[in-house]
Amino acid sequence: MLTYAIRRLLLSIPTLLFIALVIFLLLELAPGDPMAQVPLTVPDEVKARMREALGLGRPWPVRFGLWLYQFFWVEPMVFLDWLTNSSFLFGWLPDTSFSAGMDRVISWQTRGPVMDLVVQRLPQTLWVVGMSYVVGVLIALPIGILSAYRQYSVFDNVGTFVSMVGYSIPPFFSGVLVIVIFSVQLGWLPSIYDTTHVVTDWASFKVQVQQMILPVMVLALQTTAQLSRFMRASMLDNLGQDYVRTARAKGMTEWVVVLTHVLRNSMIPVVTVIALGIPAIFGGAIITEQVFKVNGIGQLLITQIQANDLPTVQTLTFIFAVLIVMFNLIADLLYGILDPRIRYD
Amino acid sequence: MAETAPTVLDVRDLKTVFRTRSGEVHAVNSVSFDLKAGELLGVVGESGSGKSVTMMSLLGLLPMPPAEIRSGEVLLDGVDLLKADARTLRAVRGGKVGFVFQDPMTSLNPTFSVGFQLREPLRKHMGMSKKAANDRAVELLELVGIPDARERLKDYPHQFSGGMRQRVMIAIALACDPKVLIADEPTTALDVTIQAQILELMADLQSRLGMAVIWITHDLGVIAGIADRVLVMYGGQIVEQAPVRELFANPRHPYTAALLKTVPKVSGEREARLTIIEGQPPMLTAHPTACPFRDRCAHAFDRCERENPARYTVGDGHDAACFKAESGDVMPEAAHA
Amino acid sequence: MLDAAPAKKPLVEVRGLKMHFPITAGLFRRQVGAVKAVDGVSFDIHEGETLGVVGESGCGKSTCGRAVLRLYDITEGTIRIDGRDIGQVPQASLRQMRPTMQMVFQDPQASLNPRMTVQSIIQEPLDEHTKMSKAEKREKVFQLMDAVGLNRRFAGRYPHAFSGGQRQRIGIARALALNPKFIVCDEPIAALDVSIQAQVVNLLEDLQKEFGLTYLFISHDLSMVRHIATRVAVMYLGKIVELSPREALYAEPLHPYTEALLSAVPEPDPVLHDTAERIILTGDVPSPANPPKGCNFCTRCPRVMDICRDIDPDYREVRPGRYVACHLYNETQDQTAGTTAAPVEEQEHPTRRVK
Repeated sequence: MLTYAIRRLLLSIPTLLFIALVIFLLLELAPGDPMAQVPLTVPDEVKARMREALGLGRPWPVRFGLWLYQFFWVEPMVFLDWLTNSSFLFGWLPDTSFSAGMDRVISWQTRGPVMDLVVQRLPQTLWVVGMSYVVGVLIALPIGILSAYRQYSVFDNVGTFVSMVGYSIPPFFSGVLVIVIFSVQLGWLPSIYDTTHVVTDWASFKVQVQQMILPVMVLALQTTAQLSRFMRASMLDNLGQDYVRTARAKGMTEWVVVLTHVLRNSMIPVVTVIALGIPAIFGGAIITEQVFKVNGIGQLLITQIQANDLPTVQTLTFIFAVLIVMFNLIADLLYGILDPRIRYD
Repeated sequence: MAETAPTVLDVRDLKTVFRTRSGEVHAVNSVSFDLKAGELLGVVGESGSGKSVTMMSLLGLLPMPPAEIRSGEVLLDGVDLLKADARTLRAVRGGKVGFVFQDPMTSLNPTFSVGFQLREPLRKHMGMSKKAANDRAVELLELVGIPDARERLKDYPHQFSGGMRQRVMIAIALACDPKVLIADEPTTALDVTIQAQILELMADLQSRLGMAVIWITHDLGVIAGIADRVLVMYGGQIVEQAPVRELFANPRHPYTAALLKTVPKVSGEREARLTIIEGQPPMLTAHPTACPFRDRCAHAFDRCERENPARYTVGDGHDAACFKAESGDVMPEAAHA
Repeated sequence: MLDAAPAKKPLVEVRGLKMHFPITAGLFRRQVGAVKAVDGVSFDIHEGETLGVVGESGCGKSTCGRAVLRLYDITEGTIRIDGRDIGQVPQASLRQMRPTMQMVFQDPQASLNPRMTVQSIIQEPLDEHTKMSKAEKREKVFQLMDAVGLNRRFAGRYPHAFSGGQRQRIGIARALALNPKFIVCDEPIAALDVSIQAQVVNLLEDLQKEFGLTYLFISHDLSMVRHIATRVAVMYLGKIVELSPREALYAEPLHPYTEALLSAVPEPDPVLHDTAERIILTGDVPSPANPPKGCNFCTRCPRVMDICRDIDPDYREVRPGRYVACHLYNETQDQTAGTTAAPVEEQEHPTRRVK
């Protein structure tokens, strides 16, 4: 298992380098000018010098190499310094300054380090999107189990209909729909997610919960739709297996047959699918974040694309790529842990 | 087999149908038989003959729907299992009646250890503590001839060979000292040398533990070696019943006789050409009003088209569902015996 | 009778055939071993005869059949079919040889494309390898369907509309389409019911007579092989342990494994069961990735000797037409061979002989 994990990690290095290059070249080829938003009154030679200052004058391989160096060497150093200087866990260690004098990946838009932006935006995304993922999974699994156990029943048919709806209605529609119903018509819930809101007591906690309900609902609908179908299919696969008949022939109750024998086998593929969905949480829900004005990672990506902020877009996209590759590996390893028949060596 | 042995299981007029999109399939039609204490009853038939469906019907192990038991009585110790509630049925399954299925590869849950799967019935039916169940599980594995039993409890099914897995299945079936063991093609998926091991084990276990066994198979060779009494099934019905030697020496149903001739042997005279039974097994899409074997039978006459023959007694514990048997005619095929 | 296997010319000559599948492990996927599915097998098949190959699952009989048709790239050895060496020929140039050699598979359900009609399934080899006109092909398909006993009216139907035995007939018709000389039948009756098995076997025999076919008939069913085969090869763990004419093999098996295998077959005769002595082998077949030292059968052999755990016995002709790989039949052992062959030491696995 360990050998397998190391082997996969090593193999992922060239994959990720290639992905980084592809992203870089795509952005390089994309039309657009980082100076587009600079007022027209600024003279051309000033703009040229500004471009120069951003490092745009140098050939692309140099700039790509620089980005790689900054991402893989400078940023980890900054992280180490942060750990020893101000983190709760390792703050007691002697302060280090590995990153002193190094140039970090700088956003063209904010002129600040890209990583600082990411650190600012990540909590909102994790709260809203992560919570909706958890809610979605928790709703989806029981629905999937029951739909499979009572295949073609009224419950199953309703479940099929709801997940069809969940699949086919895009979040920019369902998002607006729930805003119209619950905030505009009924006035129960706020339509905008207030990021500056701080939870201090019970009342403010209630406000926080209220403002999370709508975006979580919209996002969870999608997760639920997908996962409950997947869970149902996996349960159906296993319900027909011979070992289920054996369990019944041993006199086990239906509860044990379904929730012990069938469920464990059915969860194997489902768990891996859940793991594969996690990078998408970090990626944020670009559209839903826009609709509810959640200033998370997804929204950051959109605005920076519009602003031609190439270093930020490059870095964010690459982080998503790393997460996807990592969670693919984790999903495979989980499979090996859950299924005793699979051995990686 | 002693004639005086008490009856443990009595099945009367069992009818099972499957409802499918293209209509009903009459899988089991008016099947009646009994099982005496300590005997080994062989049930032979080809796929679709209804032999497995009959046995699964007894304890409600068929998925319903699509299956539906139309009529019948299944008396186990005087209790009609077809009328019993779910709780009573569960107490019988794995308790009084143990099951062994065909494919030991798929019949054990791949994600639970063998120990877990062995302890389950012990804890449920015998109310054992985990420790007691564990000790009993070790005993059971030793009983079925698995070496290093205690260490192997934590192994998963895939870590056992095919023969060893079937031994584990047998251990699970025997866990709660059942009165009846139903074995559904238990050696079909195994190699012949491994099959010989399992057959020997079963004979040994039965003589030691004394349970009654129903052994379902399509292999006449296996039946010849292990059974005391045989039921031959065709088209969802029992077409012949006889003590094993009597059946092989003096088959009275044309299907049994033809089946015996169609199987080649490894010893004795080699047939220059195999005898075949022309045609295909019946589809069972309607309630049978004629003999199910008539289209493939060399002796069919007009009455076979009109009526489904009853089971006529032709000897001591020997009956056959054929009009020829009623009139006492001797099968030409039987003459060679 | 053809039992004595008269000196006809061999259609198929296989020498030292090895088919190893590599096992890799570690960080860099180095090869750490091999599954020796077929490990040095030699045999001839004469024109018009049926060579039966029997053995238990995992003994390499199916791999052997596929390797002979070069469905794999073999590890070692030579294969000559109809005078042409095909052992090391690249796959592309094998294509023109394919019409001569065909295969009938075990699972008629899985080996027929469910989206193709019977007509198109049987016709496909004709499309690939001949330049027949549409009408000619149609006529040929009808002839083939007649030959295998399928009603011409069913040509437009799909495989799912047929029973197992009929599907196997479709598979046989497809194999016959290009007038092959040699057909490998890989467990062609294993998935069929008893009463249908006999129909298919009789059909194979009729076709053999009619078209002068040569079969390699792979099966685990010893009684069916006795019926159909002219000569029989017994495989154990990737090797042929015994190859003999049918009558001789079943009447007097030479190799202890053959003897045990035959004795394990349950005979449909209760009287025989009560009287015959049976040899019950203990244990399981070792893994082909890690075969024992010496003779492959030494871990289960009831007549094992010291030498068996050390030296792999040669496969050689011990009597006319009878090939065995067993130390019991080596020159030095000739006095004891075939009679009681007293084991040199106490057996590790005492094999029970039960009544």
